[in-house]
Amino acid sequence: MSYLELQELTKHFTKREGLFGGGTTTVKAVDGVSLTLKKGEILGLVGESGCGKSTLSRLIMQLLDPTSGSVVLEGERLADLPHHEIRKRRRDFQMIFQDPYASLNPRMTVFSTLAEAILTRHPDLASNRSGLEKAVSELMERVGLDSRYVRKYPHEFSGGQRQRIAIARALGPEPKLVLADEPVSALDVSIQSQILNLLKDLRDELDLTMIFISHDLSVVRYIADRIAVMEQGKIVEVQEAEQLFETPESEITKTLLSAIPQIR
Amino acid sequence: MALLEVKDLRTYFHTRDGVVKAVDGVSFDVEAGQTVGIVGESGSGKSVTCYSLLNLIPQPPGRIESGTARFGDLDLLSLDEAEMRKVRGKRVGLIFQDPMTSLNPYLKISTQLIEPLQIHEELSKAEALERAIAELDAVGIPDPHQRIHSYPHEFSGGMRQRVMIAMALITRPEILIADEPTTALDVTIQRQVLELIKQRQEELGTAVIFITHDLAVVSEVCDYVNVMYAGRFVERSNVRTIFSAPKHPYTRALQKSIPAMQAKGERLYTIPGLPPNLAEDIPGCAFAPRCEVAKKSPGHGQTRPELVEIEAGHWVQDCSGCLDVEF
Repeated sequence: MSYLELQELTKHFTKREGLFGGGTTTVKAVDGVSLTLKKGEILGLVGESGCGKSTLSRLIMQLLDPTSGSVVLEGERLADLPHHEIRKRRRDFQMIFQDPYASLNPRMTVFSTLAEAILTRHPDLASNRSGLEKAVSELMERVGLDSRYVRKYPHEFSGGQRQRIAIARALGPEPKLVLADEPVSALDVSIQSQILNLLKDLRDELDLTMIFISHDLSVVRYIADRIAVMEQGKIVEVQEAEQLFETPESEITKTLLSAIPQIR
Repeated sequence: MALLEVKDLRTYFHTRDGVVKAVDGVSFDVEAGQTVGIVGESGSGKSVTCYSLLNLIPQPPGRIESGTARFGDLDLLSLDEAEMRKVRGKRVGLIFQDPMTSLNPYLKISTQLIEPLQIHEELSKAEALERAIAELDAVGIPDPHQRIHSYPHEFSGGMRQRVMIAMALITRPEILIADEPTTALDVTIQRQVLELIKQRQEELGTAVIFITHDLAVVSEVCDYVNVMYAGRFVERSNVRTIFSAPKHPYTRALQKSIPAMQAKGERLYTIPGLPPNLAEDIPGCAFAPRCEVAKKSPGHGQTRPELVEIEAGHWVQDCSGCLDVEF
């Protein structure tokens, strides 16, 4: 049985035209997407801007209600659950965002950011200060941060370290699925490799299941087991990562591949 | 004679935490029509180098401590603000990384595009508008007659960057400074923008100073490359040599760390550690604490190595003992 299954997931946005109602147009942002993920798999999701990657990730994260179709996690159809149950399930899905400068609360120390994340899964630790401190420092060490810096604020860290904090925060609630949305695009080349290595290690250590969204195929090729290519709301191609580079089938994949800057 | 000759540029920032030597003795030339790259990590001083040339460094805390930048019969570093205004935006154009923050969201594209023409060429509004429409057409904006009256938010990221390029080139500058112009864009859009810059450069004969941290982009667009680390150039060469026969360990480490250069499944090579704090004195080679070659052969000097020309046009910091050692 697959771990995560997307069944014919569809999201249409209706836009009113003109000032007084009148006609409407429908944007099919996500248009019948079916995908399956095994536990511990990293799926790369690529496509140009506007192809529906972000809408799809919001659907998976349960931040948007699908127009039709459903997300099935470990055999459980999330759409069938009542709202308060979905709220509880939300901690099973965590995100890592592109810009670690914008995605961390500048007024919260690393400790409060991570403690908040851990408490969503282990509320009992709220009354157990030393247990919480231990959990926070374990989490920091897991992502390669020195736990002495626990009282520092995000602006005191470099870009790469901030992204490590963002990754730690995503891991805090012990998610079943991590959605990484362009997690290395804003980082320097040398830092990119560090973060990619870290994500790979975490997958190996924690058997993490991950969807890795990017427009940069060379990065996705390195980290993903399989790559899904998206265009105009549809998945047009899914292949093993290396295979996709050797035998791209769809036009859009060929376009994306030829756009990668090459060292000559 | 080169179009622009920068000699021994030093820009320091006087902060509460000490003097930050953001740019510490940088020299380079730009020939007419050439594309010169400045590559390095964040904080290495790439942008400060270029902003110093256009007097865009906030002073204080910044201060240009030394240097000359001969551009024609002018020295850019000694111009007063009034003289600089005749150069900036007229003879030297600029495009930035994020086109959303560098366009004014309250003004129509038309207002922003004709402004440089009204200021520098004293054209009438109608004439300027005509030129602006032609310029939008040249950068591939469809339907420029209509689109010129749009606001920045009505364009996509790639289109906005095209507008920025049109704005920077509308006065036919001799030099275009492009500061990470494609970093915020998708690969496919990046490809289009790079090709557009190249195409306009060929049509207009503009020289380009291209700032980026992406080595692959450098290899595609630049003729000559300056690799910058901790406020200085560690290696300078034509683009072919930089990639086929890099000498300095930093240049080689940077190239090694590109994910695309490595086989799948292999652990990615990373440069250990962080760049040095530029507010502190750096004894010896600035890269030594992160350099795997230097670790193998310790005992480097206490002075920062000088750039030496090891073959015609190929300069490298004279880290003797490190240059050819494999790691």
